[in-house]
Amino acid sequence: MFRKNSFSGGTHPHDEKQWSSAKAIEIMPLPETVIIPIQQHIGAPSDLIVEKGQTVKKGQALSSSSKFVSVPVHASISGTIKAIEQRPHPLGANLLSVVIESDGEDSWISDFKEEPDYFELDVQQMKQRIADAGVAGMGGAAFPSHVKLSPPEDKNIDTLILNGVECEPFLTADHRIMLERPDEIIKGMRLIMKILKIDTGYIGIEANKPDAIALLKEKVNKETGIEVVVLEVKYPQGAEKQLIKASTNRDVPAGKLPMEIGCVVQNVGTAVAIYEAVAMQKPLIERVVTVTGTSIHEPKNLLARIGTPFSELIACCGGMKDNTAKIVNGGPMMGMAQLTDAVPVIKGTSGILVLDEKTANMQEENPCIACARCVDVCPMKLLPNHIASYVEYNKFDKANELGIFDCMECGTCSFICPAKRHLVHYIKLGKALINEQKKAV
Amino acid sequence: MERRFVISPSPHVKDGDSIQKIMYAVVIALIPAGIGGIYFFGLHALWVIAVAIAASLGAEALFSKMMKRPIQLQDGSAIITGLLLAYNVPAEVPLWLPAIGAVAGIGIGKMAFGGLGYNPMNPALIGRAFLMASWAVHMTVFRTAPKGGTLSGIDAITNATPLNVFKGAREILTNSVNYSAEQVTEATQAITQLYNSSGNLFWGRVGGCLGETSAILLLLGAVFLMYKRIIGWKIPFAYIGTVAILTWAFGGTNGLFSGNPIFHILSGGLILGAFFMATDMTTTPVTFKGRLYFGIGCGIFTFVIRLWGGYPEGVSYSILLMNLATPLLDRYTKPKVFGG
Repeated sequence: MFRKNSFSGGTHPHDEKQWSSAKAIEIMPLPETVIIPIQQHIGAPSDLIVEKGQTVKKGQALSSSSKFVSVPVHASISGTIKAIEQRPHPLGANLLSVVIESDGEDSWISDFKEEPDYFELDVQQMKQRIADAGVAGMGGAAFPSHVKLSPPEDKNIDTLILNGVECEPFLTADHRIMLERPDEIIKGMRLIMKILKIDTGYIGIEANKPDAIALLKEKVNKETGIEVVVLEVKYPQGAEKQLIKASTNRDVPAGKLPMEIGCVVQNVGTAVAIYEAVAMQKPLIERVVTVTGTSIHEPKNLLARIGTPFSELIACCGGMKDNTAKIVNGGPMMGMAQLTDAVPVIKGTSGILVLDEKTANMQEENPCIACARCVDVCPMKLLPNHIASYVEYNKFDKANELGIFDCMECGTCSFICPAKRHLVHYIKLGKALINEQKKAV
Repeated sequence: MERRFVISPSPHVKDGDSIQKIMYAVVIALIPAGIGGIYFFGLHALWVIAVAIAASLGAEALFSKMMKRPIQLQDGSAIITGLLLAYNVPAEVPLWLPAIGAVAGIGIGKMAFGGLGYNPMNPALIGRAFLMASWAVHMTVFRTAPKGGTLSGIDAITNATPLNVFKGAREILTNSVNYSAEQVTEATQAITQLYNSSGNLFWGRVGGCLGETSAILLLLGAVFLMYKRIIGWKIPFAYIGTVAILTWAFGGTNGLFSGNPIFHILSGGLILGAFFMATDMTTTPVTFKGRLYFGIGCGIFTFVIRLWGGYPEGVSYSILLMNLATPLLDRYTKPKVFGG
């Protein structure tokens, strides 16, 4: 059967993955200090359960969460808690963080071996292990995974889609995970499918990763119910709703979640973390980070401890060039520019981008000439130019009418705009201001 | 002190295209038709073009200064206005005419509304409308026959443009009782010859405004702009398609479906208008359906003016009228949000 594995709209930025896609994941040397913000996920903050001066082991919980939409954080090295204070956070502002000084031992709190009968565990127990391990979506948004795996009773979930699209330019972390840890991905996938009581699963991969496609196709050959879906190379192919459209041809209703049409989407890296959480009860204390960009000497894919300062990862890649202008947490399309390289790697840090002045977007804004390119490329079928203008002129009700909250902030409109208008920025600002107004009422 | 880095909103990479590149691509696309105008109508056409461009740039600089705004001549948009205005006047006009037209177009049509991106109507067409209202004779009387051809594109008549001949002949044929048998025969012959003159229309061996006569040279530029994805297919195809269907169905002299769409597509300013003026980004809708309706609307107006209006040609007024409908079209053709 012919299936068009894509979505409508979207654009084609240079993928720039050649810098790091062939570099095997390299384990970073033990950091001397880690800074672990107690909130790294979307949802309620967790409560601190350690004190300054206390010694901790690698994998020990630093916080616990009583709320459902929340996950704890764990020590990623063994050592002494030097401080508990506000530190710069990669998602902006300062946040309460636990600063741990290494004792050089790097000793684990337990030995984390794969339990032989892990797959037979009770589903509730599996979810509890995922929550306790602090697993949150590793594609960037960092939504607590156990919540995604607990759809309400009335939602009939029938399909899991594993997101191996990695449509952000420059990033190759998921690509390397697929090449180097395919068995764990499939084990994690099986666990998720068991938890959701479903037997259909897709792994969505963009056509620009033929080696990963071939490897995973070979691996799933023996599996039933799992299929690799090859997707058109187009941004934002990896956006949840667009990925679902491309792999299943289902439309997630506007303003609703994928579970509405029976789908759950998880990142490939998250699948590995879920496997480790359930099978070994191993907490999420490290992740693969692509350190790349035009101003890095030697781009790499690093396995870094959560809490390692960006500066150390950059140093591990030969340092940055003199023309460095910008450091970004995440990919170039949706990532956030950082004021300082002292911020730590968090659970959602898929990449660290070091950009020079020319590549970094610092062009002046020009007036909109209504070329309509943003309208043509918007994967949500919005009118970004009109929404942005309404926000600019404080007409928030009009912006709301045009569906400002349906925008997922993928940045395609700002990317394509020949007038270099900061369309997504206006839209984000508009959302924040509308929410503030709502609160005030 | 710790090093500080640049903070700016995402995305951190951008497409390489810019307003300037778009505008200069349009300028390049218009060059073949300009060269054609100079070849067919003589060197005076070059001076008309030069004056129109110079006056557009000068007017934009002057008005920007008066409005205490930065002067942005380098964006290239004023050059397009000048070129299009020059292409929309007869080649033999006195040079003060395009100068005044350019000042009016830029001043009233563009800067009065806030400059680039804010004008509701096409500035070049505003300039043209201004000249039509003020110096109708200069704007509607064509004297220069093209090199290697006649003003009408046919041999029998040498004092009018093809659309003028068509309008006169059609008037005679549709009200034949009021005319002598001789006149009716002449009119029938004229229409037949016009319909057979598409070669002249295609190459540009006919009279008309400076840059509108050669279909092939305009299409050359249009193909370039489509290849560069600066203009889409929706507006020009909807526009030309509508004119073709309507003139075929209702534009003939022997009842329904006796019209000649090829003649109507190639004559007058339709090709220039459909590909270069009805596609002006700022003054046309941004939605898919809006652009289709815009083209269809232009086509209906052009057809109505050509057949029953006071002027032989209606491209520029059609586009101006539809320009005014653009905000409305955008509002009523809002696309359905994904999953909505």
